[in-house]
Amino acid sequence: MTRWTPVCELAALDPERGVAALVDGVQVALFLLDDGRVLGVANHDPFSGANVVSRGIVGTHGERTTVTSPMHKQVWDLVTGECLDAAGKDPVDLAVFAVEVRDGTVHVGS
Amino acid sequence: MTVVSPVRPTGGPTDPGRVVVVGAGMVAHRLVEQMLARGEHAAWEITVLGDEPYRPYDRVHLSEFFDGRDADALALAPTVWDDARVTLRTGDAVASIDRDEQVVVTRAGVRVPYDNLVLATGSWAWTPRTTGIELPGVVSYRTLDDVSALRDWIQAREDTLGRPLRGAVVGGGVLGLEAASALQRLGAHATVVEFADRLMSVQLDEGGGETLRVRIADMGVDVRLGTGATRLVAAPDGAVGLLVLSDGSTLDVDVVVFSTGIRPRDRLARESGLAIGERGGVVVGPTCRTSDPFVWAIGEVASYEGVCAGLVAPGNAQADVVVDQLLGGTAEYAPAPEGTKLKGVLHDGVPVEAASFGDVNALTPGALEVTFADPVAKTYKKLVVSDDARTLLGGVFVGDAALYSSLRPMLGRALGADPSAFLAPEGGAAVPSADLPDDVVVCSCANVTAGTVRGAVTEHGCTSVADVKKCTKAGTICGSCVPLLTKLVNTQLEASGVEVSRAMCEHFPMTRADLFALVKAEGLRTFSEVVAAHGTGRGCVVCKPVVASILSSLGVGHVLDPANAPLQDTNDHALANMQKDGTYSVIPRIPGGEITPEKLAVIADVAREYGLYTRITGAQRIGMFGARLEQLPAIWQRLVDAGMESGQAYGKSLRAVKSCVGQSWCRFGVQDSVGMGVRLELRYRGLRAPHKFKVGVSGCARECAEARGKDVGVIATERGWNVYVGGNGGFTPRHAELLAEDLDDEMLLRVIDRFLAYYIRSADRLQRTAPWVADYPGGIAELRKVLVDDTLGICEDLEASIAAHVEAYEDEWAATLADPVRLARFASFVNAPDTPDPDLAYTPERGQVRPARLGEVSDPNPVIARTIAVRPSDVEMEDAL
Repeated sequence: MTRWTPVCELAALDPERGVAALVDGVQVALFLLDDGRVLGVANHDPFSGANVVSRGIVGTHGERTTVTSPMHKQVWDLVTGECLDAAGKDPVDLAVFAVEVRDGTVHVGS
Repeated sequence: MTVVSPVRPTGGPTDPGRVVVVGAGMVAHRLVEQMLARGEHAAWEITVLGDEPYRPYDRVHLSEFFDGRDADALALAPTVWDDARVTLRTGDAVASIDRDEQVVVTRAGVRVPYDNLVLATGSWAWTPRTTGIELPGVVSYRTLDDVSALRDWIQAREDTLGRPLRGAVVGGGVLGLEAASALQRLGAHATVVEFADRLMSVQLDEGGGETLRVRIADMGVDVRLGTGATRLVAAPDGAVGLLVLSDGSTLDVDVVVFSTGIRPRDRLARESGLAIGERGGVVVGPTCRTSDPFVWAIGEVASYEGVCAGLVAPGNAQADVVVDQLLGGTAEYAPAPEGTKLKGVLHDGVPVEAASFGDVNALTPGALEVTFADPVAKTYKKLVVSDDARTLLGGVFVGDAALYSSLRPMLGRALGADPSAFLAPEGGAAVPSADLPDDVVVCSCANVTAGTVRGAVTEHGCTSVADVKKCTKAGTICGSCVPLLTKLVNTQLEASGVEVSRAMCEHFPMTRADLFALVKAEGLRTFSEVVAAHGTGRGCVVCKPVVASILSSLGVGHVLDPANAPLQDTNDHALANMQKDGTYSVIPRIPGGEITPEKLAVIADVAREYGLYTRITGAQRIGMFGARLEQLPAIWQRLVDAGMESGQAYGKSLRAVKSCVGQSWCRFGVQDSVGMGVRLELRYRGLRAPHKFKVGVSGCARECAEARGKDVGVIATERGWNVYVGGNGGFTPRHAELLAEDLDDEMLLRVIDRFLAYYIRSADRLQRTAPWVADYPGGIAELRKVLVDDTLGICEDLEASIAAHVEAYEDEWAATLADPVRLARFASFVNAPDTPDPDLAYTPERGQVRPARLGEVSDPNPVIARTIAVRPSDVEMEDAL
């Protein structure tokens, strides 16, 4: 049973940029894309150990939408959390979070 | 006692069966990795037994422990342990081997039967018999526990004594020098004591040893040659206090590291009756079998032809041989000539280079030595060649070991050019790479040949250096072969008809310089326009900041424009430089290094209030570290109110202009260098470029501002200013070259305007001025024609672009503080904008704080963390009892 936690207004998000949210003590990185989708992954960067994924640059790799760690430039698929470029390390994926926008409010599922 | 014959779990008599590996180090990991990689359908299972409590870790990079890399971060590719056929038991040493029953017994009493046993117990750190070696504060430098104990001892002892520690390292070999560098990094002074007449005496000749001594002394490490440790004497409180040397002198010491060589850990093998070499180690033949056909030995414990290797590369090669043999193959071990490279020794963060291979002392009959020594640059390079000067027999490189990785694979082969051509400081002969024979080992750590690298391209479809690294493991251990690997891969790609891409990334098929020209010519104004006209997709971490920088340089897209916000990396987004824990540094501009007591007081107040770590930076400024994203606006408001502005310490832009005190105060100065420094800094502040750039101004030819180590260096003369360009400190130091002489103030500004504008226009992404000048067709002479004589007729345009920048300049922080939309970016959490990241933690160090490492006493609030006790005090200890 998914529990939905409202975190912010959709208007608080900038397109192609991320923000961090605290959901029951868990740090989630939320990204609003150009096409209006909002995607959520873990904010914890498993490579550096810092909570910085939300501050990474959004981009594309082929058809996939990606985020790059601002710390050491590892790249993940924002939809699946799959690590696409581990920058020479063993790949570690990110947990993904369900996100819904209802009546202009962004909800994170847990 | 019942004797149970070992029964194979499944499979036939030629299968490896139950493989037990004693020792969980790097070569054990390699063996498991290779077994999995071979993926053959043989029946096997592997149990690896290690006495250390950690998974196999990267001992080669042990010193990175002090950069915060703990056991988990240093662990070698841990995914191999997830395979169902692999079992890893750590923290329990093997106590004995029963070869009749084919079973090993651990200290904890666990019995593990085997069909094949592999001994990979490695070495132990040997120390000479020295009275007092058991005193607290005397340590070795070989394992994670060693380096952890060293760090803990230094922290605790520093607290007890209330002053920086005096350290000594006994042994001036590769590891000893690494330990000395570690002592320095931990805040202790270091003296290296070496019994031989030179440092790295096993690997270096006299000239190389002397050059290295000078380099190590430059680090501030004392070097004592030709003397050894006789005894250690305790301080009044029982810890080590004095080191007595064999020449009768003494050293006051608070910590002593012994690094006096290694010996094979062969006790288990001795006790189980296996053949042992004369100088220790388990005797193996070319198949790596010991005197028992079911027992193998690999790595530093294996004695092949009377020699135990002391490096990881031969151990990896032996692991590969055993895997092949176990799987029914016929591979044999043949020792490859090895080289040694100094690692982990840092001088102000820059690696001290020293390396050698082959016949270092030219002992081969008729061998010739070709030497190039530069006492000013403190470099020493020597090639040893056969009597006809054709075949490479050895090499020594100190101060600059770039040739080591490219020439070491040529050992024993024809050089193909006059040996002196390789050593010439500039315009040296092209180092061979394309025509390297297939059997030459390119990466000796992972034992990968040139043929394997080529095969990765031609047969396995690798299309980049990253692919080849992943596919072959080449370049993934010590990394010193990466330049050679890159050349080899690119040459092979071209030969295979694959065009080596000059594309910036998958979204833009051209270089930064080409894109700059297109954006300028077509007047494009946003990323969307640029990508629509010349790219594909929605961009990435490579091209987005490049386009942002181009737009900023062209004056059409300010760093702060909302349309540009998604393009900026976090530094330009937060107008601050991200640190390792995700907090930021705060560095206001301090032009010319001049700062009033009033501004100093504001900086002090802010740092104290927010608990920020404070230090003078390398650029004559004051940096405050540890500011959280949500704190940045309030902190900067205080600084801006006090008349300070952003120092762009986060941008690919001008950082600072360093100057000496100059004519105003100095009795040698011939011009006002501080005044000119301030003028230049205020002119170019905020100017975005392909990479960061720095400027220096010296008031006379004594060059106290070290201007020739900067991107732009200005040096006063009796008649005006000389300007030098393309200098660099950093990873590849280079002196700036003279661009123009005896300029007056106005002409100086115009020439620098032209140089910077031209660099910004035509350099590659992340290319600093040094390589840009070096790679410019025709070099500095041609640049002089363009920028001083205006042969291309572009100087007016170049000057105009800088004039536009000066005109449009605004302080990024003042502008941000005045804009509520931009301020909204500085929230820790969108649903809790002022809640600090709960995972941040700080620990005290030298009266300030730093990010806590795993398991340290820490506090989330840096102000509180500054006062916490690192260890329980004596009173608390009594309470606890």
